[in-house]
Amino acid sequence: MMAHEMNREKNCISTSSEWTFETIERYDREIARIAHEKFRLDTYPNQIEVIRSDQMMDAYASVGMPVFYNHWSYGKHFVNVEQNYSRGRMGLAYEIVINSNPCIAYLMEENTLTMQALVIAHACYGHNSFFKGNYLFRSWTDADGIIDYLVFAKHFITQCEERHGVAEVERLLDSCHALMNYGVDRYKRPRPISAAAEKQRQQEREEYVQRHLNDLWRTLPRLKEKLDQEREIPTFPAEPQENLLYFFEKNAPHLDSWQREIIRIVRKIAQYFYPQRQTQVMNEGWATFWHYTILNEMYDEGLVNEGFMMEFLTSHTNVVMQPGFDSPYYSGINPYALGFAMMQDIRRICEHPTAEDREWFPEIAGSDWIGTLDNVMRNYRDESFILQFMSPKIMRDFHFFALEDDDRRNAIDVVAIHNERGYRELRERLSQQYNLSSNEPDIQVENVNVRGDRSLTLHHNMHNRRPLGNDTYEMLRHAHQLWGYDVHLHSVEPDGRRVRSYHLQGEAT
Amino acid sequence: MAYIVDRRLNSKNKSLVNRQRFLKRYHKQIREAVSDAVSRRNMTDMEQGDTITIPKRDISEPHFHHGDGGQREIVHPGNREFIEGDRIQRPPKGGGGGSGSGDASDSGEGMDDFVFQISQSEFLEYLFEDLALPNMVKRQLTTTDSFETRRAGYSEVGNPNQLNIVRSMRSAHARRIALGGRSRRRRLEILAELEQLDESETERRELLEEELSRLNVRLNRIPFLDDFDLKYNLHVRVPTPSPKAVMFCVMDVSGSMTQDIKDTAKRFFFLLYLFLKKNYEKIEVVFIRHHTQAQEVDEETFFYSRETGGTVVSSALNLMGDIIAERYSPNAWNIYCAQASDGDNWQEDNERCHKALTASVLPMVQYYTYIEIGDREPQGLWRLYEHLQSDFSDRFAIQRVRNNAEIYPVFRELFRKTMEVE
Repeated sequence: MMAHEMNREKNCISTSSEWTFETIERYDREIARIAHEKFRLDTYPNQIEVIRSDQMMDAYASVGMPVFYNHWSYGKHFVNVEQNYSRGRMGLAYEIVINSNPCIAYLMEENTLTMQALVIAHACYGHNSFFKGNYLFRSWTDADGIIDYLVFAKHFITQCEERHGVAEVERLLDSCHALMNYGVDRYKRPRPISAAAEKQRQQEREEYVQRHLNDLWRTLPRLKEKLDQEREIPTFPAEPQENLLYFFEKNAPHLDSWQREIIRIVRKIAQYFYPQRQTQVMNEGWATFWHYTILNEMYDEGLVNEGFMMEFLTSHTNVVMQPGFDSPYYSGINPYALGFAMMQDIRRICEHPTAEDREWFPEIAGSDWIGTLDNVMRNYRDESFILQFMSPKIMRDFHFFALEDDDRRNAIDVVAIHNERGYRELRERLSQQYNLSSNEPDIQVENVNVRGDRSLTLHHNMHNRRPLGNDTYEMLRHAHQLWGYDVHLHSVEPDGRRVRSYHLQGEAT
Repeated sequence: MAYIVDRRLNSKNKSLVNRQRFLKRYHKQIREAVSDAVSRRNMTDMEQGDTITIPKRDISEPHFHHGDGGQREIVHPGNREFIEGDRIQRPPKGGGGGSGSGDASDSGEGMDDFVFQISQSEFLEYLFEDLALPNMVKRQLTTTDSFETRRAGYSEVGNPNQLNIVRSMRSAHARRIALGGRSRRRRLEILAELEQLDESETERRELLEEELSRLNVRLNRIPFLDDFDLKYNLHVRVPTPSPKAVMFCVMDVSGSMTQDIKDTAKRFFFLLYLFLKKNYEKIEVVFIRHHTQAQEVDEETFFYSRETGGTVVSSALNLMGDIIAERYSPNAWNIYCAQASDGDNWQEDNERCHKALTASVLPMVQYYTYIEIGDREPQGLWRLYEHLQSDFSDRFAIQRVRNNAEIYPVFRELFRKTMEVE
């Protein structure tokens, strides 16, 4: 025993909790070896940046990115973070990691050496491999180009501010930000963005858009065609459009080309972040699973000692804690907790399947766990991940139960709990909870009155009869700001019945 | 293998621009919050930065979201007693949480306001926005009363006691080299030639020796030190704006002054103090309190000790006049005076007040402010001061204050930039 302990102390990378660049490098080397060779993780190269806590707050405020254009809302975010942090009401994240190639990870200088090791395993190998492997990130984001694109965007917006005034640009950005969640293509794959090409194409695009618009808004139709045109009533757009910002960028009648370019920038950035919003549970679960697995492996190899493990497990446990719905600390389902539990559970099903597992997951029970997890990571997002891989054991462990609150009934119903009858129902409902398109109101461009007052009609396709919230008129104002003419919005039941209509009348132009 | 980069020395305050834009956008709300803070805060912590609270709805960024109603579904963890088919009464708040999250009823409180911190200097900046002390700038630019002597290089003329020996010798040396150089070189040549010359060539020798003696005479005639070698240290007198200010706080502590009134006065003094502190390098404060007699006291006593008795304002004014004459010459000091009172004064005393003010106080001061606190009819003192104001409108301001909330507006009124124009 003594000899064993002595041996452990000898192999240890470090015994102090103070980090140095050399020790961080050694930890990174070992973690990389374990991650790549032992667990076959495929990652982008890493760029680890050590920063101070105030720089971390800066990074927080600009959505985590190293370069970002200026806007007051980031300042608002910043003062809020600053206030809460200085009052001790919140801790800063230990790390921020950026989906770029090389993958940039920020470590805070305040972290102890153990925390730095944890963060490296978590961000530089966990998140990093997720960014590189997951199908959403592969098809929707361009890790190679994002930093360059942000530099381009910042530069472009600064130029616009110089040319057209900060207030003017700010008004436009306000409207774009408000509609940001409606600036993504949910089903089409966009072209990857690259700054160089972007700059090059900008000029052509300006001309093209102008030409295209002139065609659409021609006010002096050629006489010969006049009769034909009156017979067929033009419907535009031909099909409902879900990407509102794209629609405005391409079709709004009165925007200048620089305004279209800014809409495009906001839209591209929204698109870049869209996969992150869809894979929160998986992404965090994956990273947490790997820091846990890698650091335990390091312990088994004798690279770290008990003190290290105690400190690591303490913070790991804090991260994956899930308070119950009636706890004062409850604020929804903790994605770290759920994701980590499910990843661990999949490994368990592979390695030690029970009879229940064999019945529920015949295709993965008993399979190679590394390969199975890799496949899961690559091909799913939160919604499908939960629907496919949540086992009854997880539902039992979390004591999940599903509620239905129908305003036509006088009480809330418990529709399913973690029992034999409820598992499938419960799982389906939980998976729906992670379906972004059912959480956000479904709003699409329905029609433009091309030959009339040019008013724009949006449809809110209602789901479960849920109405829009009280920001709606404010939102219409933003839509109007971009469109330039009257904006109508109808809440429509699936059977086509209009439940409520909103109308924003623009000032006479 | 990862690159590890130390970014700790990189630029800080990356968010500065965003923060400023935020402050600018909500300028109005922040100003209101600051002005509110002045009437609410204790004097002792007035000078710190402040927590600014803005209603959340004012600064929220809108987005499309679901409202209450319809059929909502949610899955929660932590079930203990529920089974399928249970019916739970709605929480009283008519449905509680918003879309998809059950936390609204728990942590929803206190989320109504957006709270953040501004620094002390920002706090003061907002407080003193578009405010300027009248006459201050004028006095600073035009005053020639105080000078500072500064070195300003060297001069050809000056007193013997300003003589700069090193500079003088250097210039003499240079002159000697310049005047004697060619002669000296020639002398060396002649000496060398004489050395080598044969005894036989006497004619040549004589010629050379004659030239040598001529050169020696010329060289000896170059003076070691000449008049125009002398260099003197040059000093110039630079007029300096006075960086010093003294502020007199005069307060009535007679029986008629309630603690509330004193409290209001305190805030007023403090505001003035803060403002002066921002504008002057050095500032001294003299506290004079009076009932029937005036007394110079320390700050603690001034604000917190209690006295009773009648009111004779002139005693304080006389004391102030004496102190100015004794310690604060108007040449060296910018003198400000703030007086607070409930307006009571002994009838017979008004005459003497008038004399004291016009003779020994008002001519000396940069600015004299008087606030009368309370909502009674104007008292005798007010009427006297109203007269005076027409004579000294450039430096005498009087205002009436009814409560704490009015101090700040009154303060602004007193020190409005427009006063300068009048």
